[in-house]
Order: sequence, then C-alpha cells, then structure tokens
Amino acid sequence: MATKMGIEVSVAIGEAVRLANADVIAAYPITPQTHIVEHLAELVANGELDAQYIPVESEHSAMSACLGASAVGARTFTATAGQGLELMHEVLYVASSMRLPVIMTVANRALSAPLSVWGDHSDVMAVRDVGWIQIFTENGQEVVDNVLCAFRIGEDRRVLLPVMIHLDGFHLSHVIEPILFPEQSEVDQFLPPNQYPLPLDPSKPVSMGDFGPPIIYFETKWAQEVNLEAAREVILQCWNEFGKTFQRYYSPVECYHSEDAKVLLLTMGSFSETAMMAIDKMRRDGREVGLIRLRLWRPFPFGEIRQAVKNAEVLIVLDRALSFGGPGGPVCSEVKSALYGEDKKPRVIGFVGGLGGRDITPAGFEEIINRGIEISQKGSDQEFEIFGVRE
Amino acid sequence: MTNPEGMLTWKDLEIGSIVAEPGNASQYQTGDWRSERPIFDNSKCIKCGICYIFCPEGCIEQNAEGYFEANLFYCKGCGICARECWTRAITIVPEEE
Repeated sequence: MATKMGIEVSVAIGEAVRLANADVIAAYPITPQTHIVEHLAELVANGELDAQYIPVESEHSAMSACLGASAVGARTFTATAGQGLELMHEVLYVASSMRLPVIMTVANRALSAPLSVWGDHSDVMAVRDVGWIQIFTENGQEVVDNVLCAFRIGEDRRVLLPVMIHLDGFHLSHVIEPILFPEQSEVDQFLPPNQYPLPLDPSKPVSMGDFGPPIIYFETKWAQEVNLEAAREVILQCWNEFGKTFQRYYSPVECYHSEDAKVLLLTMGSFSETAMMAIDKMRRDGREVGLIRLRLWRPFPFGEIRQAVKNAEVLIVLDRALSFGGPGGPVCSEVKSALYGEDKKPRVIGFVGGLGGRDITPAGFEEIINRGIEISQKGSDQEFEIFGVRE
Repeated sequence: MTNPEGMLTWKDLEIGSIVAEPGNASQYQTGDWRSERPIFDNSKCIKCGICYIFCPEGCIEQNAEGYFEANLFYCKGCGICARECWTRAITIVPEEE
C-alpha cells in the first residue's frame, strides 16, 4: 500500500533513492539541487540508507567517484545543477562511453554570467550530446517515479547507460507536493539488484577506459550509438511495467487535448503544467489548441513526435535555452529536423522564453500561442521569437 | 581479444570497450606511428647497451652475437637510441629510404 505525503520534491528524491537502495552517493552541493544530496547525507548518517556517501571537492570529482563506484557494480546516484553540470561535463561522456549506469537528477539551472541560481534549460542543452539517457519531468511524483525507473532502465543488461532526470530548479526542486511513495517490498519487486556484467574485480581483472587509437575509436562510438538507440525499447518496457505496477503511465511524448487540435504547443518540464491551464482556458473559449510535452529527450522520440503532431497545422515550440547565433531553441531545431522529411507536417514556430527563472503565466502561454498563430499566417523574418524580454 | 585490434568490428567490442583479457597491450603495433627508423652499424658498436637502457618503448633487444637491434613492430622511431649512443653506431633514417 503506497503512502501519500506532503513533502519537498528534493527530499522526496532522496527518499526515492533510499527506496532504490543505492550503494554509493558521491555529490557536491549546489543550488538548487542541494536539498537532494543533503537529505541523502542525513539518511546515510542516520543509518536509514546503507550506502557509502562520498563528499567530494567538486562536481568533476563527484562524477569521477561515481564512475569508480559504478564500475565495481555499485548502484550509484548523484545530483547536480547548472554550473555543477558544466564542471562535470567531460566526465559525463566517460560515464556513457564506459557504459556505467550512474543515475543523476539535475535541478535545471541557468548558466553564468550573470550569476543565476534560477531555473532554465541552458544546462540541459549544454549536455545534450553526452550520450546519457535524458528524461524531463513535470511534477514531484514524476521525478520520484522516474528515479525508480532510471535505475531499472540504466542497469538493464540491454542498456547499461547513465540516466539523467531533469527537474526544474526551484519550480520543482523546492516545492512541497503530495507524493505517493510505494512500499519497500513493491520497489524491491520492481527494481532487481544491480548486476553489472563485467565489474572491476581482482579475481577477474579487466581494463576499463582504455586508450582508443584511430583503428578502434570509431567502432567504439558506433557501438555506443547503436546501444543508446536500442535503449528506446527498454525505456518503453520499463514505463509500461511501472504503469502496470503503480498505475502511473509515462510515454516519450505526452499529449494533452492534442488529438483534434489545429494548433499545438510543445513544452518540457514543469512549465507544461502551467501551459495546460492556458490550454484549458482556450478550450473553454472554443479554440482548437492542444499541448505536446516532451518527456524523453535522449534518445530523441522521432516517431512519437511525428505521430503526435501529424494532424496539426501549427506547432509552437517553447525552449528555455538559447543557442547563441544559432536557430533559437535546441528543442525546436530538433523538432524541425524530425519533421523535415514528412510530407504532411505543421508549420513550426520557435519561441524562447523563461530564461533564468523568469516565469511564464497561463496568460503568457496564451499570448505565445496567439502570437505563434499570427506568425504562421503572416510569416516572420526572424528564425525564432523571444517571449518576455522588456523592450 | 582473439582478433588483432584493427580487425575488430563494432559488434566484437565488449560493453564500454572493456578489455577483458589482461596484458594484451603487446598486441598493439606502436611501430605504425614511425616516420623514421634506427639503423645499427655493428662495426662501431661496443655492446654497452646504452640504447637498450634508454629506449622508452623497451623494444631494443640484444641478439645472440651481443649486438643490439630494435623490434620494428614496436619502435616508434623517436631517435633517443641514436642520440644516446656513445660511438654514433646508430643513425636515424626516414622510413621512405
């Protein structure tokens, strides 16, 4: 029987990691992620979680320690945000290339300068190509559920890849929400023990992270790409199994009133829930609008995106990151590329908004949708629109 | 690793390119980096072994007659042996010659 409690989302993540019975946590505190690892430190110190907690001097070291722990077959967790994720950057590639299933929550935060601890997706987009499975979440329950799923997906023999769970800094990390926690026995049933097939073991020596000269490097990279693509199937299976067990279902692309909608808005993360309020209001006003929410960011859900938007005339994509000198928002540019070869496709209009913790209200989303429709009719000489910058 | 590294396909690789067979670095032909090779003039060689001692690749061996020769499977052609040789018995020549 699940327990429902009002709890800060960061603390709830710590509880999820406790339920997952992690073996090693190596982390460095950084706003807005700090409460996650702070709670885990408490759980370990109080003997409520039998794990090694490794306090390190930086995020680079945190991720490096996680690699070592994961390499011996330990269930490994860390969390970071913004600048911390940037400092981890080079080690993130090593985790995925070495196929080490480290699980990490990222409390999404803007990047300096100017210094901002508030939320946007600049940090997410900077690590887009590091080879991790990446999942966006919208509320506390989704984070908790997907942390449990992440261990099962990442540690699956067919996957063996690190997984990042993205949650919006402050908007999600610091709010108190009612969250259902499964029983320990239910989690144990859902999440089998981690059994890394070739761990570091003195009785059966292996070398990891070796030198890869030109005659072999490209083969290793292609093997990695094939493997990440193959993870799609396992991710779907895991979410399906999770749904059957806990009655909460997840998909790579989530749809909201999108079936008959002429105009679709695409969002990710916690802003999606605010956008739903705008969709509800516009629906009451008789407008044919709907919402598509991107849940799975890597591997990118090409088929699901094409399917979800195929009947729409206009697709408005809101990014919370800028690709400077580029095509606007990274998600919009990927959505455009997914649809480019389609015969029947909506007109895609890109918006960038909500940077550095700037809120977008339901009225704001309505404004974005109306402006998007206007651009789709009149055209625009800009690659993308900005929303919310004072002129 | 049953195949030489250069023959492996992406499907042959272990998870994360783990090397599950210890000590197989000796199968790697570092000699293909070489653009110059050492030539040993045994008429000048005093069999002191300074080339053997200084070779960073450990690829110089003493033969049955006591002279030294480089194993070109591993020799990268760095030229340290020629630089250190007291009697100038070793010269470095470009590979194409």
